[in-house]
Formats: sequence, structure tokens, C-alpha cells
Amino acid sequence: MSMNNVGRPSAPEITVEATSFKTLLGGKGLLQSEKLIFEKDDYSRTGVDFADIEVNATDLDGLLRDDLSLPGLTEPEAMRHYVRLSQKNHAIDLALYPLGSCTMKHNPRLNEKMARVAGLGDIHPLQPVSTVQGALALMDTLAHWLKTLTGMPAVAITPKAGAHGELCGLLAIKAAHEAKGQGHRRTVLVPTSAHGTNPATAAFVGYTVKEVAQTADGRVDVADLAAKLGPDVAAIMVTNPNTCGLFERDIVEIARVTHEAGAYFYCDGANFNAIVGRVRPGDLGVDAMHINLHKTFSTPHGGGGPGAGPVVLSEALAPYAPKPWVVSNGSGFNLVEHDEGSSAANFGRMCAFHGQMGMFIRALTYMLSHGSDGLRQVAEDAVLNANYIKASLQDLMSVPFPEGPCMHEALFDDSRLEGTGVTTLDFAKAMIDEGFHPMTMYFPLVVHGAMLIEPTETESKDELDGFIAVLRALAEAAKAGDVARFKGAPYLAPAKRLDETRAARAPRLSYT
Amino acid sequence: MRYLPLSNGDRAAMLEKIGVDSIDALFVDVPESARRTGTVDLPAFAGELEVEAQLNAFAARNVSPAKVPFFVGAGAYRHHIPATVDHIIQRSEFLTSYTPYQPEIAQGTLQVLFEFQSQVARLTGMPVANASLYDGSTAAAEGVLMATRVTKRNKAVLSGGLHPHYRETVETLAHAVGIETEACAVAVDNEADVLQHIDANTACVVVQTPNVFGTATDVTEIAKAAQAAGALLIVVITEAMSLGLLKSPGEMGADVVAVEGQSIGVPLSYGGPYVGLFAAKEKYLRQLPGRLCGETVDADGERGFVLTLSTREQHIRRDKATSNICTNSGLCALAFSIHMSLLGQTGLKRVAKINYAKAHALKDQLATAGFDIVTPRFFNEFTVKLAKPAIAVVEALAAKNVLGGVPFARLQNAPGFENHLIVAVTETVSDADIATLVATLKEVAQ
Repeated sequence: MSMNNVGRPSAPEITVEATSFKTLLGGKGLLQSEKLIFEKDDYSRTGVDFADIEVNATDLDGLLRDDLSLPGLTEPEAMRHYVRLSQKNHAIDLALYPLGSCTMKHNPRLNEKMARVAGLGDIHPLQPVSTVQGALALMDTLAHWLKTLTGMPAVAITPKAGAHGELCGLLAIKAAHEAKGQGHRRTVLVPTSAHGTNPATAAFVGYTVKEVAQTADGRVDVADLAAKLGPDVAAIMVTNPNTCGLFERDIVEIARVTHEAGAYFYCDGANFNAIVGRVRPGDLGVDAMHINLHKTFSTPHGGGGPGAGPVVLSEALAPYAPKPWVVSNGSGFNLVEHDEGSSAANFGRMCAFHGQMGMFIRALTYMLSHGSDGLRQVAEDAVLNANYIKASLQDLMSVPFPEGPCMHEALFDDSRLEGTGVTTLDFAKAMIDEGFHPMTMYFPLVVHGAMLIEPTETESKDELDGFIAVLRALAEAAKAGDVARFKGAPYLAPAKRLDETRAARAPRLSYT
Repeated sequence: MRYLPLSNGDRAAMLEKIGVDSIDALFVDVPESARRTGTVDLPAFAGELEVEAQLNAFAARNVSPAKVPFFVGAGAYRHHIPATVDHIIQRSEFLTSYTPYQPEIAQGTLQVLFEFQSQVARLTGMPVANASLYDGSTAAAEGVLMATRVTKRNKAVLSGGLHPHYRETVETLAHAVGIETEACAVAVDNEADVLQHIDANTACVVVQTPNVFGTATDVTEIAKAAQAAGALLIVVITEAMSLGLLKSPGEMGADVVAVEGQSIGVPLSYGGPYVGLFAAKEKYLRQLPGRLCGETVDADGERGFVLTLSTREQHIRRDKATSNICTNSGLCALAFSIHMSLLGQTGLKRVAKINYAKAHALKDQLATAGFDIVTPRFFNEFTVKLAKPAIAVVEALAAKNVLGGVPFARLQNAPGFENHLIVAVTETVSDADIATLVATLKEVAQ
């Protein structure tokens, strides 16, 4: 008994084994199941106070609806419903969220505060430009930071997500080829380790996707790439650092052979966090690269968006950037929204209005907070944390590309689990019981049973040590044949394993 | 550096564990030509107080709608958002979680998405809805692509009342994919014009109601005619609040509905992030773009939710996916869903009626003052044809601290539409604001 318990009542004697304990009505303490809002008996309640006025809408005769069936909640009911639901989620603010390729770093609350300042969060995209000079200045400043950090001359800031940025980059490449009479180039080369969005985007804009082989050390096979380059190739799409968490050593050579073949080099910037402030993609020969503001620049993932995916462009592609864009006119800023009086080379428009301003505010707040020196430190700590995890686990877990350092994420495969009866999925689910979100599983596809761990720079050494201890213990338990621990996992999550096959076989997508 | 927990002592111990003597050793794979020793040419780090001052300086150079009579709409609308909404979306568990790929620890996000899909389905009168897309304009573009997949035809007809930004977004994506588009002549009230352009290759017609000029249209007959010709009807809505008063697209026979959901729960934020609502008939279920959340059970037999039918999606199908989209607009969908739950059918109908009443009060006062109102039927937005170019009038109004609307010419240069001013009125506008606009317009535009 520790000193500070002296004189206090001792713990009660346990009379029921916790595992066999049942509540009187079958509930689960504070983890009750939460009814759907549609399962309320009374839909007429409301949590907003507006007067019920009579309107005589004669002009809308025959256009008025009478079939509206939407449940309403008073404020206390709503608050409870959503707070209870929130407690079923894991989040960065609870523990390490080591999803490879996703860069789940801390989301500073100053970003949130600034995005909500009335003069930034409550302004309309179609106000006269004379009344939004601050917004345009902010966009221009963000563009300056992005261009300086990447060493690229231009940026298209409107894309609304990473995949939207890929689309923007490929459309610029397509427009550039067409302008040069090279519209017959219809092939895009993509390494086997690429994110699914790369081939999906290329196919989306009508290109044929060809895969490029990978070397035994987890990098693009330059010889295979060179052999596949030809007069039909429009672009290559390479992620760097790549999805195995490795820097493409031959990147300059890759860019050179690509350009020599008359193709453009699209870089997937998902992993920019590993090199921000230390390496400029412009120095590597990149023509276009999207930047996920929700990864490198800490805008919140929000349970699946919204993100933002501005695209930096080389001299060759800059003229084709989509509308709109901000221009400085000496005394202030203007917004180019039409083809008239602009470069008619632009390929069009990615979306209504001017992009994800709310994310621009958050990202710029983050950039200013770190500065050039802080961002460089971000890359260094992100890489240091990943290598520390790799070094601390490689005796127990299998590393497919052990030679040399990794970058911002450490990749493991499932060869050490072979014969244990435990799969990568089981291993991931068991991590939940130990208090951590699983790593990215089964990606990249080039590694069997892949486990991709990205700690980010915002984890302390203590947190990493706890995480490492858990993975070591799990690896040992798997080897020791403690299979039940894995097969039934997670035991302690708000839900047990879900039947995904059933969900897809007879889809129920809304409440009926 | 307040966001970086590692101390120099930690860093040294970790380098030692890794077995290298400096951080540079971890960057050896970077080609020498690209190695930088110093920092890039940008300001050094700043404290919280300093950064706040810098951002506030940007904000100070903008005119905030809360401070002036405000009538700007045309695709984004200033509605009141209950305090509860912003509080809940800033909870750690919603704000700082990832896409719910591990459903056992993401049931919060997943149940919200299921409720969101159900709300969107009922609001639009359609059987199925997805978990959201980037915004209304990209949802419209995805709808056109889906229509070409479903019909195996290759042309889209776009109505003359479609918001020009939406038209451009659709055209950009369609042309990239090799789909033909045909845009009808700009018109205040002629959505049925799309029917004149239908041919054997037409996959879909896209109409907007209320359209960019505010005109509300019953598209029932357009739906029948389009479908009889083998084309789908895609209905675009930029003002989600209108669905509290107007007949739903589902009731009018739409095949696909693309809505900008910003009006419900999402701040203006200078144009983004917003939330695209996407709904369709049941038979197109497996052709939908984007994420879908479905109901299932867990190993204990308890109800639960998962992302489903992901074989349509890029991370599984790669170059065979229905769309390259990899995200939804999760947090904005959450905001939409919370606001919609607070409103319920009762609150939504009430606030919609208030929008209608205020907008029509302004229209009546302008008409009395001799202005030419060209929109025949509308919800909360209408168009005035002024005696002079609207861009100059809007600038003159702004100089008098009134943000009076959107000149159509700001969206598109169309001959004959230079003098058209689109005016939106929501529940946030007061009677005094309305009186000020009428008086100031008389002053600068007559």
C-alpha cells in the first residue's frame, strides 16, 4: 500500500470476476449503444428557436413540399447524442495514431482559433475584392510559403484534397502536351508501390496506366522505367519519399530520363513531411506535386476530410494552372476568375470559388508558428522518430528493406508472423486492446502483410517507448502461440469486429 | 518549439539507439545536389501571441458580413449556425480522428455518417446518398461522370440557369475524361431548354433549381422527357435550405441529385471547405462515387457501421475505380448533420419560411421603388436587372458599406446580362438591412 493511501478505506473485496459480470439490463456501463436519431418517437422537436410564421407563397404554387420527415433534437438531447458518439472514436488527442502515409500529427488549436476569426471564417467568396484584400493577401502568403519550401515557381491552390490535386496536376500535364501537339501521349507510368489514387487519377483522365517494377531495395527500378518511357508516355507519377518510407536515391536520374523522353514528372507529395524545410522537390526535377495540407501542415483530418491539396508547378506547367488565381497589382490584390484578360492556356476550373480557405488559414498559422527553422526540425524529428521505432523493433519484427535508414515511416512485413496463425489484421486489432490505433495495414501492396508505421514528429520519446513496448509484447505473444489474444481482438473496444461482408452483400445505407 | 516534444537529450539518445552519429546520417539517400545545409528563405519560428497578431492583421483587411447589410449569395449563403454545432465538431474525437478504416474504434464517426446519409436521402427525396463529396460543384461533375457510366452515352447537356462555376467545373472534368458537353444559352427561366439539345448520345441533362438567378422550377416534366429519351436528369441545388420549403428532386423524378450543403452547419469561410451532398436512385448504388457507410453487426451481434462497397474505390480498384476521390468532407458532413438534427423538420420548415418571407419583402420594396425584378418564382434569392452595369453598382454599394449581392457578370461574361444583380436574403438579414439596401440602391443605381 502506498503512503498516500494511509487512513483511507481499502479497496472492496472483489466478489465477481470482472469478465463474468453482467449488468441487470444487459447494458455496458458508460459504453451504451446509442440509438439513431431516427429511432426517436417524436420527430417534431427542434433545437433552434425560430418563429413559426405564416407565408402565402402563391408564386410557388405546386412547388411546395409536404413530405419532410427529419427528426429534431433539443439542444441537450443533441449534445448528449454527439458526445456519446464521440466517445466511441479513437483520436490523435488520445494516443499515438501511427498510420503510415497519413501523417497523423498533432492539430494545434491556434489553427482552429484563427480559422474562426470573423474576418477570416465569416467572409463570402463573392464579396467585392476590395472588401477581401486580407483574404487575398493570406492566399498569396500561403502560396509564397509553398513555393519557397518546394523551390517551385508556381502553385495552383484550389484543389480540395490530395487526389483532387493529382487530378489538377495531370490536367495541367495534359494541357501542356496538347499545346505542344503531343496529345497522342496517353500512357502514365506508376510504380507498383504507389497510392491507389495515382492509377485511379491517371485512368480517370483517360490515360492508360503502366506499372513500373521495383528493385529489391524498395525503390523505382530505373532501368525498367527507362525501358517503358517512350513517345507514348505523358507522365510518370512517383511518390517521394515513397510508400515504403524510403527516399528515391535515383530521383534526379528518374527526372532526367523522364524529361529526355518528353514526359513530365508528377510527384505525389503525400510524404512531404519527411523532407519539408530540408529538401526542395524543385531541386529534384519535379514538374508538379500536390501538398496535402492535412498531412504536412497539420490541418485536422476530421474523421475523413475536408483536406486541401494545392499543387506546385514547374515553369513548364505554370501557364496551364486552373482558375482562379490571385495576382498582386502593386497596391493590393486581385482575383483572376475569367479567361478574358488572363492566360487563355489555363485548363479550366477545379471547383466553384477559390479552394479550401479554411485550410489555408490553418496551414499558414502552422507555418508561421514553425518558421523555416521549425519546419526543418519537423522533418528531422519525424525521420528520427521513425528510425527509432525501426531500430527498436527490428530484432522482433521483420523489416523488408533493412539496409540504410528509412524516412518518416517504418515498414514491416508479416514474415515473422508466419506459422503463428496470427495475421497482420489480427496483430493490428490486438493493438487496439493495448490502447493504440493500428498502423496502416496491407499497404504498400509490394510487401506481404505490410504494416506501415508513421509516428510523426509530435510524439514524445515516452509515448514512442510505450508504443514500442506494446509491439514487442505483441510480437512475443504471437510467437508464444497466444493466438486467442489476437483472433478475438479487439476485446476492449466500443465494438467487436464488424461483419464487413454482410454490409456489402445486402447494403443498408440509410435508415428505413 | 511548442509543438515538438523531443528534447536535445532525447534526440541524442535516439540517434545512439539507431547507431548513427548525426541526423544528417538519416538523410544520406538525398542526392548531394539537393542537400541544403541552411534553412529556406522564410521567417523563423514565432510564438503564439505573434502568430495570432499576424493572422488578425489579415482579418482586419476584410469586411466581415456581420458588420454590414449583407445580401451576397450565388452558391454560398450566410445562415445562422447554432453554437452547439461548432462546439461538437471541435471535440478531439471528431476533429483529430482519421477516416474510419478501423470501425471498432470509429463507431462515432461511422454512426454520424449513417445518420448523415439518411438525412440527405430524406431531404432530397432519394433512396441512397453517399457520405459526402468535396462540394456541390464537384458533386455535379461526379454526377455527370456517373451518368455516362450508367447510360454508356457520352454527352451532357447543361442548362442555362446552372451556376457558371458549376458549369466550368463540370466542363473541365468532362472534357478531361472525353465527355462532350453542350451548354444552353444563359436564361433566367428556361430550364426546359435542355430538352431541345437531347440526342441519341445524351447521357444526362443537368438543371439547377433554384437556379443561379434564383428561379425555382418544377422539373417533373423535364425528368419524364429526359428519361423517355434515355437520358438521366441530374438536379443541382446550391441552397440546401430551399429543401425546407420546395418540393424535393426525388418527388420530381430526378435520377441524381448534387447539392451544396454549406447552408446547413458550415461557415462561409471564403468559399471552402464546403460539403457536397450526392444522392441517387437505388439502381445506381454500385455506380456511386465516393465513400458509403453501411449498417452491419459486430461479433457480439450488436448493430454497428462500416465503410462499405469499397470495391468501387481507388484504394481497392486503383485504375478501375468509379472515381479517384479518396476522401469525403467528413467534418463538414458532421456539422451539417448536427445542424440538421437541431433543426429537424420543424426548425427547417420555419427557417425556410423566414428566408422566403424576408426575400419577398425585399423584392416587394424594390419593385415598389421601380426596380426590374426578373426572377418569376424564388425561395430566398432573386435577380434585379439594373439600369447600369451591376459590377460598378456593387462597388458603389460597398463604398457605402452595403454588400448588395453578386453581379452575374462576376460569374460569367454573357452579353445582355451585364446589369443583372443576384440578391440573396437569409434569416440573418434584418428589416433595417433591407431598408438600407433599398435606399442605397436607389441612390447609386437609379
